[in-house]
Amino acid sequence: MGEKVVIQASNLTKFYGEILAVDHISFEVKRGEVFGFLGPNGAGKTTTIRMLTGLSKPTEGKASVLGFDISSEIVEARRHIGIVPEISNLYDELSAIDNLLFMAQLYGVPRSKRRKRAEELLKIFGLYEWKNSFFRTFSRGMKRALTIAAALIHNPELLFLDEPTAGLDVVAARSLRNLISNLRQQGITIFLTTHYLEEADLLCDRVAILVKGKILKIDSPKALKELTNSCSLEDAFIKITGLSPTVMAIEKERRI
Amino acid sequence: MWRDNLRGIYYIILKDVRTYYLKPPSISWGIIFPTAWILAFYLKNPVGFEELIPGLIAMTILFSTTAAEAVVINFELRLGSLERLLLAPISLSSVLLGKVLGGAIFGLIMATVTTIGSVVGLGLSPNVPYLTLIIIPSSLAFSSFGALLCVSVREVFEAQTLLNLPRFIMIFLCGVIRPVSAMPTILQYLAYTMPLTYTVNGLQHSFSTASSTMVLIDALVLMGFFITFILPAIKLLSKKFE
Repeated sequence: MGEKVVIQASNLTKFYGEILAVDHISFEVKRGEVFGFLGPNGAGKTTTIRMLTGLSKPTEGKASVLGFDISSEIVEARRHIGIVPEISNLYDELSAIDNLLFMAQLYGVPRSKRRKRAEELLKIFGLYEWKNSFFRTFSRGMKRALTIAAALIHNPELLFLDEPTAGLDVVAARSLRNLISNLRQQGITIFLTTHYLEEADLLCDRVAILVKGKILKIDSPKALKELTNSCSLEDAFIKITGLSPTVMAIEKERRI
Repeated sequence: MWRDNLRGIYYIILKDVRTYYLKPPSISWGIIFPTAWILAFYLKNPVGFEELIPGLIAMTILFSTTAAEAVVINFELRLGSLERLLLAPISLSSVLLGKVLGGAIFGLIMATVTTIGSVVGLGLSPNVPYLTLIIIPSSLAFSSFGALLCVSVREVFEAQTLLNLPRFIMIFLCGVIRPVSAMPTILQYLAYTMPLTYTVNGLQHSFSTASSTMVLIDALVLMGFFITFILPAIKLLSKKFE
């Protein structure tokens, strides 16, 4: 794994009116790692992704993605990044293959390679059989898988995954986790936000624990567990954040 | 960069035309609704149906271009699909321009169908270059007008409601049914602040023996409206993502 930094954030801050959503956070993500952003609802995870991908402007601070400044060169950066938002937002009126082809067109995948790449991804994600079915007819898990496939159509170097397994059943979530592991093996850097601490423990090389817009700790799951003398990342999370187990239980309920 | 933007605009137009515009509800709203209105007015006052044709074409452009803007913008905003476009390596203004041009092309197609139908049915002989000179900027102006209103609200129903008011005001004030010159002076002034007046004027000139200067002036004013609407629409959309 190379040590080159692909995301560098410095004092990144976001206010929505009077509300402070992200509070002067600084972190780095290295090439090839799976970096997890963990925190309860409203911690600022999605807002951070939106700033890093140019959907929202930081109120203060700066960041670069793959060496491109997010304030002035985000369109350049987008050529090399894939984004999977929390909501599967492809087109209901298009088939699976047409959705992927449209994304390939937008990202400038050469005409001669578009269909081959789209079909390859449909096979990888187990959707080839449904390639001509409309997106609206897909189950939640299939929609999620196709949304990730769409984000990979242009072979990005960096993938942002916002709550990739939220709302999925156990089987679909496990299958998606395997896919994420495979992507990591291919050398794609992954920036992941999740509520699922077990998932973060399984997938992430390092995690940042975020509460009320502030990063409380950044380290590997193993180091965080050692630091807090915990047997699980969830325990470590509770000890670091001071959130009560009841709050965590409510969070879990909401996820289900 | 500009090549990426052009490519993005092109594929957004293709996707929107295929996904939204060439569907029965869009087509019926764009053609049947204006035709029904004109027929209703004709039946109430059955003199010189030919005189109503410029108004019919103008209404077709207005309704067809603005009809689907609420869907291509607000529906996609709600589903998050517009955000997906904004995450592509193209500028925000290219995304909105793609949306507006898709609507304008649909308006152009609908206006062509209505014009051919009227010309063949009534045996009229318009000046085709003049017609083209008016229909193209009108489609751009109304499509960008629809986009401006749609980006200023979030929900589809809000956009539809917001669009209806200026649509109906324009139908009554811009010479579609009754010549602007026959209206009280204050309403005439008001009429000349609205793009539909220049569309109707230009189309009337295209069906008569007016000079090219008059048509050119109408076309230039309509292009001015297009720029006046598209720039704040881009600004408003970009504000939504600050």
